Order: sequence, then C-alpha cells, then structure tokens
Amino acid sequence: MSEFMAEVVGKYNYWLYVVLMMIGFYAMIGKRNLVKKLLGMNIFQTAIILFYVSTGVKRGAGIPIVDKYAALKHGVDAATVVNPLPHVLMLTAIVVSVSVTGVALAVLLRIYREYGTLEEDEILEKIGR
Amino acid sequence: MTTSNLHLYVLAAPLLTAFFVNLLGRKSRSWIAPLALGSLAFSTVGSVLVLLRVLTHGAYSYTVGNWNPPFGIELLVDHLSALMLLLISAVALIATVSALKSAEREHPGREHLFFTLYLILIAGLYGLVLTADAFNLYVLLEITSITSYGLIAMGKERAPLASFNYIIMGSIGACFYLLGVGYLYILTGSLNMADIAILLQGLYGTAALATAFAFVLVGLGVKMAFFPLHGWLPNAYSLAPTGAGTMIAPLMTKVTVYLMIRVILTVFTPDYAFFHSPLVQSGIVWVAAGSILCASALALGQRDLRRMLTYILIAEVGYMVGGVWLANANGLTGAILHIVNDSLMTLCLFLAVAAISYRMGGTGFDRLQGIYRKMPVTMAAFTVGAFSMIGVPPTAGFFSKWYLILGGIDAGHWGFVAALVISSLVNAVLFFRIIEIGFFFAPGDAHGHGHEAHHEEIKEAPLQMLQPLIFTAIALIVVGLSSGPLVDKVIRLAIPGSF
Repeated sequence: MSEFMAEVVGKYNYWLYVVLMMIGFYAMIGKRNLVKKLLGMNIFQTAIILFYVSTGVKRGAGIPIVDKYAALKHGVDAATVVNPLPHVLMLTAIVVSVSVTGVALAVLLRIYREYGTLEEDEILEKIGR
Repeated sequence: MTTSNLHLYVLAAPLLTAFFVNLLGRKSRSWIAPLALGSLAFSTVGSVLVLLRVLTHGAYSYTVGNWNPPFGIELLVDHLSALMLLLISAVALIATVSALKSAEREHPGREHLFFTLYLILIAGLYGLVLTADAFNLYVLLEITSITSYGLIAMGKERAPLASFNYIIMGSIGACFYLLGVGYLYILTGSLNMADIAILLQGLYGTAALATAFAFVLVGLGVKMAFFPLHGWLPNAYSLAPTGAGTMIAPLMTKVTVYLMIRVILTVFTPDYAFFHSPLVQSGIVWVAAGSILCASALALGQRDLRRMLTYILIAEVGYMVGGVWLANANGLTGAILHIVNDSLMTLCLFLAVAAISYRMGGTGFDRLQGIYRKMPVTMAAFTVGAFSMIGVPPTAGFFSKWYLILGGIDAGHWGFVAALVISSLVNAVLFFRIIEIGFFFAPGDAHGHGHEAHHEEIKEAPLQMLQPLIFTAIALIVVGLSSGPLVDKVIRLAIPGSF
C-alpha cells in the first residue's frame, strides 16, 4: 500500500489528470443533459492538454527562450530549458478543442430551437411522440 | 508546377477553392458548381499523375517548408497513399455532381456554406492519407470530423441531435488517439511515424507501448465505427443531408481504416502489432467477425433503405478490420482492395438513394413499391451496386471478398470466413427484399393509402444525378474486372515485403 502511495505522490500530476479525465469521461457518457456532456468533453480535453504540458517539464529548468547568439556559439544545454514541443502541440490541440466546442454549441442552439430543451430524456420523449 | 510537389496541389485545390466558394457563392450560386467541380477535377487529374509517378519511380517523401524529418513535417507518398489519393478524388468528384443537385433542393440559399464545409472535408481527407506525422494526423482527423459534424447538422429533423452524439463520440475517439500519441511521444520523443518506428525497436515488451497501441486503436476504432463503438454512425449518416451522406459515407470510414493500416504498418510495425501477441491479433479478428454478424443482423431490422445501408457500412468496416488483422498477404490485400471497392459500391448505393429520395421524398420501404417501373435506370444501377455488396461476380465486391476469404483460410481463421459468408447471404436477403418490393409490388399495392396522387408524376431522376450513378455502376464492373492488375501493380507493392 505504501509503495502504491509513493507511486501516486511521486507522479501526482499524472494521477490528477487521470482523475480529471475520468470525471470528464463520466460526464460525457453518464450525464443526460447535453450541455453537461459538452462540459465533460471540455474537461476531458483539458486533462489531456495538461498531461502533454507536464511531460515537457524538467526539474529546475527555465523557460525555453534563449539568447540566439549564445545558443549558436555554445549550443543549448537541454537540461536548462523545459521541452517546448508539447506546449506547441497543445496550442494546436486547444484550437481544435475550441472549434469543436464552437460547433457543438451551435448544434446545441439548433437542438434547443427545435425541441425547447437540452435534456436528452425530454428530447427523446418529444421525438417518440 | 513541378511534379515533386504535385500532391500538395492536389490537397490545396479544394482547400483554397472552399474559401472562394464561400465568397463568390454568396453573391451568386452559379459560381459554386464550376468552382467545386473544377477544383476536384484538378485534384483528380493531379492524383492520377501522382499515382503514375509512384508507379514508375517508387514511393517518395516530401518535407514541408524544407524542415527535415524527424523535426519537420513529412508527407509520404507511397503506393498505398497514392491509391487512396486517387480514390478520394474520384469518389468526391462523382459525388459532387449529384450533391450539387440535391443541395439545390435541400439547402436553398445556403449552398455556399454547404460546399465550403464539403470541400474543406475533402482537403482534410487528402491530408490524412498524405501525412507521415502522428500529431498532424490528429489535427487532420479533427478537421475532417469538425466539417462532417457541421455537414450532418445541416440535415433535417433529428440531424442536429445525431450530429451532437457524433461530436461527443468523435471527440472521445480523437482524444484517445491523442493520448496514445502522447504515450508514444513520452517513449520516443518523436512524432514522425518512421522515426517512432525506429525508436520503438527494443521497447516491444513495455506496458507503456501496449497502452499507447490500445489507445490509438480504440481511438481510430471509434472514428471508423468498428462494431461495439459504432453507436453514432447510423443516425449521423442516415439523417445527414443527402449530398453530404453521398460523399461522407463512402469516404470517412474507409479513410480511417486506411489510417489504421498506416499506423500498424508504419508506426508500430507489423512485427509488434500482429506477431508480438497472437492473442490480441486473433482476438481482434474474432471481434471483427462478431461485428460483421451483429451489424448484418441489425441491418435486417431496418425499414428504411438509407438506414439499412448504414448498418451494412458498419458490417463492411468489420470486413476490412478483420482482413487487416488476419496478418497475412491475402488478408491485407483483400482489406486494401475492399477499401477501394467498398468506397465505390457505397458511393453507387448512396447515389441511387440520393436519386430516389430526390423523386420520392424519402427512402422508407413503403415508398419503394413499384420503383423499378418508375425509375428503371436508377434501379438498374442500384442493382449493380447491390450485387457488388452481395459479392456477385464480375462486380468489384466479389474480388475483394474472395481475397478476404482466402486470407481467412490462410490464417486458419474459420470464424471470420464463416462470418463473411453469412454476411454475404444476409446482404443477399436484404437486397432481394428491396428488389422484391421495388419490382413485384405495384405502386401502393400493400399499403395503398394516400400516396397514389403523386405517384403518377414520379419519373426518372434528373440527368445530373443519373450520370454519376451510371458512371459508378460501370466503374464497379470495370474495377472488378481489372482487380488483377490493381492487386499486382499497386496493392502488392503497398504491403511490406515481410508478408
């Protein structure tokens, strides 16, 4: 048990993202309200974004902005800067997640205009009628 | 224009045209048809040239912006991606001819929006088959998905709800894929597919790699509607606007199957994917066999032609996934050939559905009575497509099914062979039921209430919808008869030599 706790504490950031991810996943699958599903999707995506960003972190490293001339002359010591690539990737992923959210909100607007509700049960009831 | 970046022009044509369609189409709808058809015709010619180049000079890779891989983004044009490029171009071009007509009826005044999304979706599909970068693949996957969410939501009645379900499921799939790529990145520090494959050697036993593989496969499985993950597809594809369905249904699932093949062959390598754990390999073939049977059974329960086709589509995904995971040359050949053939026959059937619903206002079975007499040409082409789905020679469907069955026998996987044969029989039942209703029932025979008044006016579909349909039906037979050269000259070369 204590080994497990050491594992959790040692990699607490990853465990946090797993928890966040599961919250989002539960909301997407389990909730009956369409907006809550969408929020769940956002939590899920945010957890993945955090997961990526934290993979770039190094203990004691600075931001990856270096003096160009010094870097050209002496090279960059990789241990002194965090890995910027995951951050850059996540900029793209954020753009994707924002656009999916935008499309989803627009679709929700149409659903609301059509059925007057965003509760899945009520919508299905209205379709059944 | 040099030939070495021709594939980029193929991709750029629909992407750039999309913006002009939006701007000029807003002013006058007469701009839309020439722009859309022009750009896709350009892409089709371009992809024929790319395929010819690959056939004579072999595969080549292209570094975007001159940043060398593994740091820069690499595009890979090999036999498989060149074949897919041509397939997407041809299917999209043919579907667009018909979509122009049905969009005119279904979205008056909003056609420019429809075709903007439509063309961006096609550009995204081109990108998917070209890219050799794992993260790029995620972004392009989301470009195609977001545009198809939008297109599906433009449909009638329950379409927005279907689209929303697709958004949720599609995002789960994409996020799983992204998570898998994250694991790969942590393991290797690279995103270039070929580079990852090299760095992964020696890591085959690790749990992290197995997790990455599982996440990537499940993610793609959701996107391709592999059976237990198929829930979003029937509603989304049957409620989408007719024109959108005609293009999305033949292409989206097939391109995702291509992605699975690409990921297995290029990133994880067949050594790991197929031969590292035989249990997983045969397990997935069993799931595929089960999915074929379940989807076929569900198709039997449908009372609407278009909805029935969506379930057949899910069964076909099972064919291809199973064929790939048989892990032998015949199975993989069959799967790739089936990607081509299934796109064409799905296109043929959906074009027929578009023509029918243009005239009849829907595709419920009760509307199909006596349809062979009213729309003989449409239904003749539909019958060719149906025979191909069943697998009657000399239509294309027969040959790929033949290879799949051969692959199943080679692998000794009788469950999969049985599933293929049973599913062919079920398809025969499904389509002969349609033929029976359409051919032998007089209009309004069994449920003769109310429809007689407008039954009299129904005639053949407009020429603009008939031409692509007839062309596709002929193409099905031509592709079927030329399966031999197609397999020998293209597909065998796309499969790694170790098979």
